[in-house]
Amino acid sequence: MMTDEIELKALMLASQEGDAAAHRMLLDRLSSRLRAYYKGKLARIGKAGAEAEDLVQEAVLAIHLKRGTYDPGEPLTPWVYAIARYKLIDFLRRSRASRMDVPIEEADEVMARDDHDAAESSYDIKRLMERLTKNMRCAVEAVKLDGLSTAEAAKRCGLSESGVKINVHRGLKRLAALIAQENVQ
Amino acid sequence: MKTEDLVALLSTNLEPADRSAAVRTLGLAAGAGVVVALGIAVFGLGVRSDFATTRALIFLAVKLAFAIAIVGLAIVYLAKLMRPGGERNISAFLIIAPFLVIMFLAAISLGSAPRAHWDRMIAGDEWLECLLSIPIIAIVPFACSIWAVRKGAPTNLVRAGALAGLVAGGVSAIGYALHCTDDSLPFIAVWYGGTIVLCTLAGAALGPRLLRW
Repeated sequence: MMTDEIELKALMLASQEGDAAAHRMLLDRLSSRLRAYYKGKLARIGKAGAEAEDLVQEAVLAIHLKRGTYDPGEPLTPWVYAIARYKLIDFLRRSRASRMDVPIEEADEVMARDDHDAAESSYDIKRLMERLTKNMRCAVEAVKLDGLSTAEAAKRCGLSESGVKINVHRGLKRLAALIAQENVQ
Repeated sequence: MKTEDLVALLSTNLEPADRSAAVRTLGLAAGAGVVVALGIAVFGLGVRSDFATTRALIFLAVKLAFAIAIVGLAIVYLAKLMRPGGERNISAFLIIAPFLVIMFLAAISLGSAPRAHWDRMIAGDEWLECLLSIPIIAIVPFACSIWAVRKGAPTNLVRAGALAGLVAGGVSAIGYALHCTDDSLPFIAVWYGGTIVLCTLAGAALGPRLLRW
């Protein structure tokens, strides 16, 4: 558990500096822990695995978008746990699945187990992308899916370089919001 | 969508994260709120006409000290609450310190005055104006602080909303103090303190709706 915290925190610090490989490894490792956490929680109220995967992806997106709010002076585990629990409560409220209370446990619970048995989530990224504005969609596709540099993306989308960065950021935020709406039943 | 595809997408061309963005935005929002509140006080309500007298200056200083202490403490706590899990390790005690101090001073002031003066010391001339002005002036500062908190990731929306309301109420009182001519400690404790608490309760009620992310 302790080595987890140390390793994951080091990855997070590198990811905050813009290290893509560290970021990828961090999100990979956190997603398997989040999967185990959410499957355990949802099993208790009789929900299936696909919904756990929806939640994993919501939390991963939130961790990505809000990574600037992690304070290096604090341990990482409680930060991840707070996001995981927040997204769980939000999900339960939205889907009106139950009035289940989500008690505050030890933050370590979110790191307790790994689960690599990933299902596909119910989100269709291509379909969600169609609901972004033209500039957001072009910027996200160019930079995040096709891996173009900001300069190349700017040329392709007819935007300035800072315009590309802003549209990527807003586009991902919009995607996260669309995903959150998907589960309203 | 597979989670590994999402992770790959998010990691492609990663930009460095701005760690100080949330706190910076909060400072900016509070600053903008103060400018608006002062603007309303100076150009809308008008600065009190007896500005230069010593008594007026002393009470202006007390009102400003009370409001600034509230805003300062509230910003420190709100900066913590803007981070996920920031509600852990927060004791609310320091937050209420300015209120306790002003109530203590008000009690001393009442205790040393004849009972016949109490009504007037508490109600002043313009208690209704104060009751209305502070919450109304607080609307724009409240919008500013909510905008700032939304840049963060609060996980306790009731508390974060309450603190945003507290900041706004305090900021509003800074402006209103320039106009208000009711100079008594019990008046400040009841009407300034009370309206700022009102702003805090309104923030707590609105927080879950406004701050969801």
